[in-house]
Amino acid sequence: MAVNEAIKLRNNRLAQYYGMFTIGLIVFSLIMGVLELGAGMPKAWIGWTFLMLTMGLYAFIGIMSRTKILDEYYVAGRNVPAVFNGMATGADWMSAASFISMAGTLYALGYDGLAYIMGWTGGYVLLALLFAPYIRKFGQYTIPDFVGTRYGGRWPRLVAAICAIIVSLTYVTAQVVGVGIIMSRFIGVPYEWGVVIGLSGVLVCSFLGGMKAVTWTQVAQYIILIIAYVIPVTFLSLKLTGFPIPQLSYGQALANITRLESELKISAQAPARDGSGRIIQSGYVPAYNEGLSNAAAVSAINQINTYFGVNITPPPAKSIPDTSKPADVIQTDWRGTPWNFLALTFCLMVGTAGLPHILIRFYTVPSVRESRLSVGWALFFIFLLYFTAPAYAAFARWEILQNVVGKEISSLPEWTQNWSRLGLITQRDYTTLEGKPIDKLPSWAAPQVKSGALVITDANGNGKIDLAGATFSEKEVDGKKIGVFGELSGTVITKTSTDGILQFGELNIDPDTIVLATPEIAGLPYTVAALIAAGGMAAALSTADGLLVVISSAIAHDFYYRIVNPKASMNTRIWLGKTMLVVAAVIAALLALPRLALIAQMVAWAFSMAASSFFPVILLGIFWKRCNGPGAIAGMIGGLSVTLFYMYNNYIDPSFNVLGITHLAAGIFGMPVNFLLCYIVSKLTAAPSQEVQDLVDHLRSPELDDELMTSIAGGKQAAGAH
Amino acid sequence: MSDIERMSRQERINAYWKENNRLIAILLIIWFSVAYIPPLFVNQLNQISFFGFPLGYYFGSQLSLVVFVILIFYYAYAMNKLDAKYHLKDRDK
Repeated sequence: MAVNEAIKLRNNRLAQYYGMFTIGLIVFSLIMGVLELGAGMPKAWIGWTFLMLTMGLYAFIGIMSRTKILDEYYVAGRNVPAVFNGMATGADWMSAASFISMAGTLYALGYDGLAYIMGWTGGYVLLALLFAPYIRKFGQYTIPDFVGTRYGGRWPRLVAAICAIIVSLTYVTAQVVGVGIIMSRFIGVPYEWGVVIGLSGVLVCSFLGGMKAVTWTQVAQYIILIIAYVIPVTFLSLKLTGFPIPQLSYGQALANITRLESELKISAQAPARDGSGRIIQSGYVPAYNEGLSNAAAVSAINQINTYFGVNITPPPAKSIPDTSKPADVIQTDWRGTPWNFLALTFCLMVGTAGLPHILIRFYTVPSVRESRLSVGWALFFIFLLYFTAPAYAAFARWEILQNVVGKEISSLPEWTQNWSRLGLITQRDYTTLEGKPIDKLPSWAAPQVKSGALVITDANGNGKIDLAGATFSEKEVDGKKIGVFGELSGTVITKTSTDGILQFGELNIDPDTIVLATPEIAGLPYTVAALIAAGGMAAALSTADGLLVVISSAIAHDFYYRIVNPKASMNTRIWLGKTMLVVAAVIAALLALPRLALIAQMVAWAFSMAASSFFPVILLGIFWKRCNGPGAIAGMIGGLSVTLFYMYNNYIDPSFNVLGITHLAAGIFGMPVNFLLCYIVSKLTAAPSQEVQDLVDHLRSPELDDELMTSIAGGKQAAGAH
Repeated sequence: MSDIERMSRQERINAYWKENNRLIAILLIIWFSVAYIPPLFVNQLNQISFFGFPLGYYFGSQLSLVVFVILIFYYAYAMNKLDAKYHLKDRDK
């Protein structure tokens, strides 16, 4: 009874602290807004104040939660209440990509983009029903711990640890890139410095207090990121529809998008492509128009060649359907079918449930009961952001179709001009090349010159493109129509591409722009943009924190303590954990410096990889007693191989496909192979030992039976930790 | 009630596990139905207007998400009841 009251008291105190923090954040934002509008506080000051204050807060929480106790360092002392663990999981889960890029992806893909919304939420149902209670009951430190104990021997543990490190390292690198971009865009520091400042923020927190500090920082970061995400779109909704609940009012935006699309005859035009080469579908609400393309692979390889000075031959550019041909011959038998959408949704769901940095969050709650509830809270907090993202996308699409597309480029709204200057919006009308130096063409035009589709004749030899007074004309060379416009000529020069009016197909928007530009579209002060920057930082840093813990514990705990030196002292293990944290952070920073496009693509692959490696093995480990070590290893290797095979082939050449399924959903092929191999090999080899079967029984009962646990899982060290 | 009291610990765990699996199966069927059936008919569903949204789009962007949240909380609630029914107490650490 006394214990229960102490817990209640602690929970109330936590709720008070974070409640006060939330109010403080709102009041602080209002004060900054008043200072900006009333006293003309400079933008840079506002940006720095937001950044320094939030980073200072994370450092403060880190210092307050510093610890030398192993249980606190790895699993936050296993006393995080369900609601707070839910918030921490939300922040852990929602990365820079969720916060900044997801709305932009939805903007580009329309309905097809909802695969991400459903996939990244529906995965939590699997987590709640199939994993979380049993992971909590198992009650060790890491996911390789589970695999190693359940399947016996060091090989399963080693394979699992290596998988966890690879997945987490790519993921954390993407977060570091996100931090650098936010810092450089909002504060104006160079990208490299942004990376360093951001990482030191992560380290202060996780170095001192491990999982304990990470947890309590993540709760604060969740509050910052959700407020920062919801406020701008609320004002945008109010401005466009007169109703301040965007999640309910964007139906009106969808109706307007459909009307404008038919007015602008957008579906009749050749589809445009977004920054990564995907086709921007021609109808926003109608489903399944996305095609396949290897544009991403080509640009990723070109980028690697330029940066590292190597010479890898990129595959010939190819897209299916071939959008350079008229619409009636671009149909394929799978286009317009839901198969890719369903496969992608499924992979994202299953992959979500198999990601180590999310799974370990359920070691930190006090009981099995709390773990079940905690997944519910986690999804609720994630849901608040994910059901808002489509509103961002729809309002932006409406605004752009209404005020940008079909308008003269010289008279576009101011926000479009601002983001064009930063290179995040490109307008591929050739009149915009006027006065540009020939050797410094924008990134959309340079490859056209290389391929010969665009020819520049510098008639007056000034090194610049001169288009003053130019008119469009056409001539025929070798049976091909060649357009001529001033000093420009070539097959890409047409009447519409030189008319100075921005066609839908000529507009290219970086996915990050949608969230970042919303304050400007809604006419809000810079303070709101600074709040968004703080929110994006919170999203990136909280995810990076969680991932660094996974990497450092995979090395210090699973590899060193469990395999190399089981006699290591508590101090050595904590010390090594902290060292590995710094090492992992430095490696992530080094990987982030080239800003490779490949990194972002690898993060998207992580879901398919987790779906075809971890997911089946953990699932069978709990629900099928007969499953054994050889089966698990065969399943993981076989499943992952099939996935990687499909992924690689489709990525390089999109004509390698089954039912139009992209490399992003390759896990759909690897996962059944994993299940099947695991089943066959387990059946052909000996059943797991009685000890392991007892362990499975133990996992299935919610009673906490510590004696049985310690005899199976860890000997005296684990017992000492409790 | 008395039946359960007469069971051995192992029997209780087995019966508990069976009921747990049945519950999981039912919830997963609902999960599957809201996530994977509507996308098959999305263009037809879009003909129907739901609070000003095309229904097919609304399913993917909000309705299915709400169902996911409810499913998890319901599972937590139902399992607490099941724990009590089989006298399998989950002590806080």
